[in-house]
Amino acid sequence: MQSAVNLWPLLGVVVVVAGFLLRANPVLVAVAACGVTGVAAAMPVMTLLESLGTAFVKTRNLPLILLLPLAAIGLLERFGLREQAQSVIAKVRSATAGRLLIVYLFARESTAAMGLTSLGGHPTMVRPLVAPMAEAAAETQYGSLPERVRHRIRAMSAATDNIGLFFGEDIFVAFGAIVLMHTILQAEGIEVNPLHIALWGIPTAITAFIIHAWNLHRLDAEIRREVAASAAGKGVA
Amino acid sequence: MTLTIEHFYILVGLLLAGVAIMNLMDRSNPRRFTTALFWGLYALLYLAGERMPPAAVGALMIGMALLAGFGGVKAGAPKTLGVEERRASVARLGNRIFIPALLLPLVTVLGATVLKDVQIGGLPMLDPAHLTLVSMGCGAIVALIAACWLTRSTPLQGVREARRLVDAMSWAVVLPHILAVLGLLFSEAGVGKAVAHLTTTYIGMDSRFIAVAVFCIGMALFTIVMGNGFAAFPVMAGGVGIPVLIGMYGANPAVMAAIGMFSAYCGTLMTPMAANFNIVPAALLKLPDKNAVIRAQMPSALPILVANIFLLYFLMNL
Repeated sequence: MQSAVNLWPLLGVVVVVAGFLLRANPVLVAVAACGVTGVAAAMPVMTLLESLGTAFVKTRNLPLILLLPLAAIGLLERFGLREQAQSVIAKVRSATAGRLLIVYLFARESTAAMGLTSLGGHPTMVRPLVAPMAEAAAETQYGSLPERVRHRIRAMSAATDNIGLFFGEDIFVAFGAIVLMHTILQAEGIEVNPLHIALWGIPTAITAFIIHAWNLHRLDAEIRREVAASAAGKGVA
Repeated sequence: MTLTIEHFYILVGLLLAGVAIMNLMDRSNPRRFTTALFWGLYALLYLAGERMPPAAVGALMIGMALLAGFGGVKAGAPKTLGVEERRASVARLGNRIFIPALLLPLVTVLGATVLKDVQIGGLPMLDPAHLTLVSMGCGAIVALIAACWLTRSTPLQGVREARRLVDAMSWAVVLPHILAVLGLLFSEAGVGKAVAHLTTTYIGMDSRFIAVAVFCIGMALFTIVMGNGFAAFPVMAGGVGIPVLIGMYGANPAVMAAIGMFSAYCGTLMTPMAANFNIVPAALLKLPDKNAVIRAQMPSALPILVANIFLLYFLMNL
């Protein structure tokens, strides 16, 4: 059968899925997928290397957001930034990990919606401040925490930053995604006011806040259960 | 003179070169030569990448990936302050330690909003094409100066601390970069067209609800594969959104676009391909399970995706 669309490059996708399922090293999986995709698209080796090289040079801006703050943040951590953040939150008696993260979710999402997307982030906020504070809030409640609970709180801190950012930034009218959508629709001959795209994002933004805040609320109950189970386990042994 | 992103490529290149040299000299690193080679190559690609032949860059990228993939990138023993010293420092600095940490985002926001239109000698002060990143670079420098002043340390100590953090993250630092390359290669090879072809050929769109569901779930699935909603949007909007939702069912284009992009973001929350959001934080927070952040996001991402289907279904013809 004749098909106008070449389906072979999908083999690259298969490599990615298989690699991640087999828990192979992700860097190797990515490079293997590059090779398979190139071969499947019938690219000569030199063309493939050139494509990879051009793309690599073009995307060098991506890691900057991670690498640039490290010197300042690392230095502050050396002199006790995380410890100070923890002792501040420990003074707030009503603080729980879930409540703290709900406040952060609200702050992150609403500032991102005003275009202030760089007020959060994993290297600058989550690692030095948000995650240690959430852990400290739970510690103040329950004393020392099992490792599993610590890891769970940290993962939820990172998740909260992502969800706040994603569902906030897209209702800011000057954000890149809105510009992209506007350009694509325009190219198809459809005229839309970018402001309307931003406004119609609001129902989802609110829904996302409610759903994730509910999950953060449940996190507190989960921590309580896990701490109790771990204490009971120790009692038996 | 305009402060451009190229200046910060050089700065990051020098930082990575510092990481490479420090690892090379560190006998506590069990793989100090391969580790130094890895960070040295990355430094080279930042310092001189645009002047090298693209094929050579591609070959070096594969070299780096092999070094990382076969356990060649390790960390030295981190040298931190003792508990006593750190406690003394916390007591001395108190809440002042937050000042540099908060200066970083504040300067970034200031640069991206207030200093945006400032010109020096007829040229913009900050590169308008990469305004946020350049502002963030300025914020990082201001924060480092403030941190050095506050803790009476040298910038070299800052580089040592950056090395400690880079070492701890290891290859996770370059994963987003290599995945972005894969994403571009996917587009170039026509993976997007192939996926759109499969979804539109084999799924009937006779019911309005099924068409909406295919559009939203397709956005999410496509983003899971490509790791980036921006790559999914043109394909699904072109394949389903515009011809079916707008063309057949008269949907409001603004609603289709807004909710479609948010459906793609649900996919971003569920894929290791979006490494800078999902895998790098797991490394930064020292989580043993590299998928822990994705696992934490699933119970929010899936209900939001379902909500999106219903929101689009009910709002698109208002």
